[in-house]
Amino acid sequence: MSQGTNNVSQSDVIVIGGGLVGTAVAYGLARTGADAVVLDQGDDAFRASRGNFGLVWVQGKGHDLPDYSRWTRSSATRWAAFAEALLADSGVDVQLRQPGGFHMCFSDEELLERQSRLQSLQDALGDYPFQMLDAAEVKARLPLIGPSVVGASYTPQDGHVNPLKLLRALHASAQAKGARMHGGVQVERIECAAGEFRVVAGERSFTAPRIVLAAGLGNPQLAAQVGLHAPVAPNRGQVLISERVRPFLQYPTINVRQTDEGTVQLGDSMEEVGFDDSTSTEVLAMIARRCVSTFPLLRDVRLVRAWGALRVMSPDGYPIYQQSEAHPGAFVVTCHSGVTLAAAHALRIAPWIMGGAQPDELAVFAGERFLTGKVFSHAH
Amino acid sequence: MNPESVDVVVIGAGPAGMSGATTLAALGLKVVLLDEQGSPGGQIYRGITLAPLSRRDLLGPDYAQGNELAQALASSSVRYEKGASVWQVTRERQVSYLRDGRMQTLDAKAVLLATGAMERPFPIPGWTLPGVMTAGAAQILLKSAGLAPSEPVVLAGCGPLLYLLGWQYLRAGGPIKALVDTTRPEDYWRARRHVFAALRAWPYLRKGLELMRSLRSAGIAHYSGAEQLAVEGEEAAQALTFRVGGKPQRIASRCVLLHQGVVPNIQFSQSLRARHEWDPAQLCFTPVSDPWGELDVPGVYTAGDGAGIGGAQAAALQGELTALGIAERLKAITQAQRDHRAEPVRLKLAGNLRIRPFLDALYQPKEENRIPADEVMVCRCEEVTAGDLRSFVALGCAGPNQAKSFGRCGMGPCQGRMCGLTVTEVIAKARGVSAAEVGYYRIRPPIKPITLGELAGE
Amino acid sequence: MRTDSLFQPVTSEVRATRTVSLTFNDQAMTVPAGITVAAALLMSGISRFRATPVSESPRAPYCMMGVCFECLVDIDGVPNRQSCLIEVAEGMRIHSQEGARDLVFQPMNVQVVEVQS
Repeated sequence: MSQGTNNVSQSDVIVIGGGLVGTAVAYGLARTGADAVVLDQGDDAFRASRGNFGLVWVQGKGHDLPDYSRWTRSSATRWAAFAEALLADSGVDVQLRQPGGFHMCFSDEELLERQSRLQSLQDALGDYPFQMLDAAEVKARLPLIGPSVVGASYTPQDGHVNPLKLLRALHASAQAKGARMHGGVQVERIECAAGEFRVVAGERSFTAPRIVLAAGLGNPQLAAQVGLHAPVAPNRGQVLISERVRPFLQYPTINVRQTDEGTVQLGDSMEEVGFDDSTSTEVLAMIARRCVSTFPLLRDVRLVRAWGALRVMSPDGYPIYQQSEAHPGAFVVTCHSGVTLAAAHALRIAPWIMGGAQPDELAVFAGERFLTGKVFSHAH
Repeated sequence: MNPESVDVVVIGAGPAGMSGATTLAALGLKVVLLDEQGSPGGQIYRGITLAPLSRRDLLGPDYAQGNELAQALASSSVRYEKGASVWQVTRERQVSYLRDGRMQTLDAKAVLLATGAMERPFPIPGWTLPGVMTAGAAQILLKSAGLAPSEPVVLAGCGPLLYLLGWQYLRAGGPIKALVDTTRPEDYWRARRHVFAALRAWPYLRKGLELMRSLRSAGIAHYSGAEQLAVEGEEAAQALTFRVGGKPQRIASRCVLLHQGVVPNIQFSQSLRARHEWDPAQLCFTPVSDPWGELDVPGVYTAGDGAGIGGAQAAALQGELTALGIAERLKAITQAQRDHRAEPVRLKLAGNLRIRPFLDALYQPKEENRIPADEVMVCRCEEVTAGDLRSFVALGCAGPNQAKSFGRCGMGPCQGRMCGLTVTEVIAKARGVSAAEVGYYRIRPPIKPITLGELAGE
Repeated sequence: MRTDSLFQPVTSEVRATRTVSLTFNDQAMTVPAGITVAAALLMSGISRFRATPVSESPRAPYCMMGVCFECLVDIDGVPNRQSCLIEVAEGMRIHSQEGARDLVFQPMNVQVVEVQS
């Protein structure tokens, strides 16, 4: 609340990171009445928040870790109310649509594998509606589907949103609720004292009894300073955006979706190339090929933009949520599904940070799980 | 994808590209020249090989010079591919382009970007209305199709190209209703520092003065120090309104031709993440290159107006110079040979550039025509206004890339070409920082649109 | 020659001997060969080339050199083509680009379903 001496800013909680995760948490914190300060980097930072696909996706997630599926679904079911709240607080409509989503399969093997995955989730969770569709059934729902698609899985829980409008809505909503956002801040270090954390960024310092690390790929280095382990690393996804097209696809699919502006977004690739967010012709061509196989009429649609974005990927692909034992009050909140989990971050993580009970599902997401000799894979 | 290996790929068949490619080929290198048009010349010499003699005469002696370059190109061993739309150049010097609907790729030891310049955006109220075009556009219509206005047009703005067009229209019988000049007495005063250099470029200066004299003696209405330019009209341009000395003016016309200078086309150099710097005299971003035109991306060079505005003759000289630099790098000539040949070229180039500081100072575009009022459209493709942009800044948007995500500004088909500089300057002014600090859009391939089918290789 | 065209051939030039017939929004016109579609339309009295996808505002060529993307028209069923970069051809069927392109009505879909302008 107050501006201390020597350019020190005090608050109830500091959130490091102004992307989808940081601002969603900050919004939630501000809604609890906490005085939150958000520290964000400059205009040219790596920003997973600006590069992603915009899916609010449940289908298939957590098939080998049911708690992740529960956590994901808890966010998806809260998303509609969350979108309403954002609209009320910021005036921005994030264009949430949850008509259900399709995962296309191009071979019988894929179809079978898909079915077994979703079936195991249904077995584990009980309430997990899904449908396996053959080619004819897919065509009945998506008339423009191409002949190479042999079938698909569909769940009614899936949806999509405009991710850039979401980021803007979160910024505006958090500020509307009293959160203070500082851009162009490069955090140098975190100093831990009894009951207080001090974040030093050049000439400025920020202090608070609680601190949330939501700095994406910057988390590993920050986490170490507060006794947490958050070994996230960049995983590149390349995305293509087409020119605007009159509405032809209302359902999101894992590789192709039509945005509310009419542009068609294509993607889903994964590469480990370090901090390189450029695009490569081979991968772009692969994405284009798969898209044209899925919807042949997209063949003549023009590509307007392509980019690489760096996912914030943990070794097993699952989030890391943890409060530091060595320095209570310090939290790490990081994942690569910042859109899907935005509602949970605002509505369930934020109260936990302010001293509420830890949500049940979170126990498995502690960072220590990586401090074993085990080899992890994040393939999904 | 089986890329073909060549020595040098030159992108752009304007003066720099033609000159560079021809020089390189003469030194024995395997050169591919790619250009999206159907004939050589770029924009400044557009249509030079196709124009009937009468048209060449009409356009003036400078235009006709392009013919020599085109002839030299035609008799060289350069593999010149017309109608080639380059959509990507990588830092590893792989060039991908579209030709006849097919995707082709070249691996080059060196790439010469000679993509030239484009008109500086002129964001005034009504600038998106049908009937409003750039002076350059009008000149292209003259050069490539022999078309001139059928009813009196208004020429508005400042800079040599505007006056040249006026002069060409006089010769062509194209009616000019008025020349609305934004140049003010203060601009002459500011340019005085460079007047000695300008005098040393006397031939150029004399040409300009003769041009202005012809326009005056033709009795064309000439308004100086024009401010608050705006185009009036609902579905199309109907008039240009402005103020001179505080007095409002209105000139009815269905065709308004705007011009306030040209700026380097930096799409490729930006997409390569080459270092650029803000030029405070020319008020634009220019790629940073060494004396041979090499960017801080190894093996990638730039020459001509795309490297910094210098005009057609300077572009041709730079093309030659850069070619010598490339040839040395590829060991076709020795350093001594390179330096020896370069010396007279550098001398001529310096002479050609002598007039620039004077012109830059005299015809510096006015702030109100670069940083517009709230209601003026900045991003034409996505229809984002200056006011929208300022509201993003108030929300914490610090630069053009955040502006993209806040409001789609710069995300349309033109990929920021029409709005990039305006966005940078609007944000800089709103934040109270320099344009250099704000930076420019992150530019990504495809530099020109390609279809998904073409990308897929079908 | 339309009397309301903004542009016309320079009178001192000898008339082009080769011409090309094409249509714009089903309206027939004859233009000189060798010029761009944009030039051909401008000299034929067409001042509105398209409606923007965002607000359906009328637009026409601005730069004539391929950087502004305002001159987009549908040529022979292919939408959003930069008419300032394409040379006229005999029998071309050109339509104004009314907003975003339609995916469904493609030439390969055979039935002649014209998008009314």
